[in-house]
Amino acid sequence: MLAYAVKRIGLGLLILVLVMIAMYAAVFLVPGDPATVALGPRATPELKQLLIERMGLDQPVWWQIVEFFRNALTGNLGYDVWSNRPVSTLVLEALPNTLILGLTALTVALVIGVPLGCLSVMRRGTLADAVIGVLSVGVIAVPSFVVAIYSLLLFAVTLRWLPAIGAGEAGDIVSQAKALIMPAAAIALGWIGYIARMVRASMMEVMGEPHIRTARSFGLPEWKIVSKYALRIAIIPTISLVAVGLGSILSSAVFVEAVFARPGIGKLITDAVNTRNYPVVMGTVLIMTAIYVSITIAADLLIARLDPRVRDVFRG
Amino acid sequence: MSGSLTASDLSVRYETPHGSVHALRHVDIEAHPGEVIGIVGESGCGKSTLVTALANLLPANARIDGSISYNGVDLAKLDAHHQRLLRGDEIALVSQDPMTAFNPVLTIGDQLVDFQHHRKDLGRAQKRARIAAMLGRVGIADAERRMDCYPHELSGGMRQRVAIAAALLTDSGLLIADEPTTALDVTMEAQIIHLLRELRREYNGIIIVVSHHLGVIAELCDRVYVMYAGEVVEGGEVDAIFHDARHPYTQALLACDPARFHERLDRLPTIPGSLPNLTQPPSGCVYAPRCDRAFAPCGSVAPPQVKLSASHMARCHAVAP
Repeated sequence: MLAYAVKRIGLGLLILVLVMIAMYAAVFLVPGDPATVALGPRATPELKQLLIERMGLDQPVWWQIVEFFRNALTGNLGYDVWSNRPVSTLVLEALPNTLILGLTALTVALVIGVPLGCLSVMRRGTLADAVIGVLSVGVIAVPSFVVAIYSLLLFAVTLRWLPAIGAGEAGDIVSQAKALIMPAAAIALGWIGYIARMVRASMMEVMGEPHIRTARSFGLPEWKIVSKYALRIAIIPTISLVAVGLGSILSSAVFVEAVFARPGIGKLITDAVNTRNYPVVMGTVLIMTAIYVSITIAADLLIARLDPRVRDVFRG
Repeated sequence: MSGSLTASDLSVRYETPHGSVHALRHVDIEAHPGEVIGIVGESGCGKSTLVTALANLLPANARIDGSISYNGVDLAKLDAHHQRLLRGDEIALVSQDPMTAFNPVLTIGDQLVDFQHHRKDLGRAQKRARIAAMLGRVGIADAERRMDCYPHELSGGMRQRVAIAAALLTDSGLLIADEPTTALDVTMEAQIIHLLRELRREYNGIIIVVSHHLGVIAELCDRVYVMYAGEVVEGGEVDAIFHDARHPYTQALLACDPARFHERLDRLPTIPGSLPNLTQPPSGCVYAPRCDRAFAPCGSVAPPQVKLSASHMARCHAVAP
């Protein structure tokens, strides 16, 4: 298990390096001079030269990458081109908001989606199953920014129940929670459908296995068979799905944070890309990739914990 | 009679998109406490459907006619909830394939504790103590440690012992062993048969053993029902069936058992032909198309149950009492 964890972490670091190389290559390949785009066509050549030097764009690409990682190892992710604040500070300020948003959305999606999937299996072939099925497909099909915009119109503009923008007053839990409801719901909604369908599909398969018949032959109640005997096996593909999906949850956070003008990583990246603030883009992408890779590794280790057969494969 | 099991005129059909499959037709069997009943027949003869019906585990598309009376209660007429209360309490099933019978992600001990859920009077520690004692009784050494194993960490023979222990833990009056040795190799099979023979001496209820293996039936059972294409074609004491078989199918089945050959043969004997299509069962005798003694009425008239002695019966036109 330890050897497995070490191997996964090594692979994760490799992925980080590859992603950053791809990012630098993208900056290098994008047509147009970033300094001109950022400063506008009427900037003086001296000013442009100054900006190019501050962003390190006068160096060869490979050197930029080496410098980036050398600094990153010491905790220095570079400086915001415009405000001159350290990128690491900007990311650390924005990260809690995004993590709270993403984790709330994910928790809501799991807490609603998994029981819905189970209910679907227990009532298979009935109206409840059909309704859950149709609703699941329905909510999967609606993009989260559409949910965000319509809920904004309904709950913030028309009904005025919830705040339209921001992350709530600092230190005021109630106001922060209120500000969290709509963005989290916008992200969670599609995932509720995904998770319900995934749990239903893998559970239907597990329910046909002989050990479920054994549990039935001992008269165990159906809810116990579903929630203990089947779910522990059926949840495994869902964990993989959710771990991979967290990437897309974080990227939908980019849209949702933009719609709700909510401070967070998503907003940080969007603003940085719009102003060609490359150090901020690079630093944020590095942190997000690191988070994403860590979650994937954590999910794989969790699966190994849940399934003793997988555990033994890694032990042996 | 208290503790007795009687199936009368029991029929089961499965409703499928391709029509009804009449898997079990007009079956009469009875069993009394202390008896070991064997059910034998080739694959697809309906023996699994019969025990699945007795264990109340038929799938949702199954329709059941006739009655299954156990302890004076008609199981076929019970609602799902009361059927579930009987399973694992009054009726226990030793599952068919020990390799897949247990949940792969839960320990043996955890599952066997759950399987005693009808015993509300026992705490978890008492249930675990019962498991350890029962695992020892079915011949598993080091029972305390084995309880914390996952199924894949045990051998096939050991898992079959665990499956038997699980069924015995229920203290049920009816124990059904569906192909208890089929998934095992010959050495393991001999050990499990030996174990079952020991257990039957101490067991007071009814044991039903299902097998396509004549040797297993001969070793374990008091009475035998021979099934063919969803019908019981012959039934009687184990000696009567093995030494005085009257139904042509039973005779052919015995003639095909390699264990009973006296000399080396160049070709193994088989019963020519194949099972009838059970979506449209024949109106006459089900075995007639393959029977070498078939005559005029066999193709069109259902054969009567001929009583040959107090407990021996055969369903055949060609048999006379």
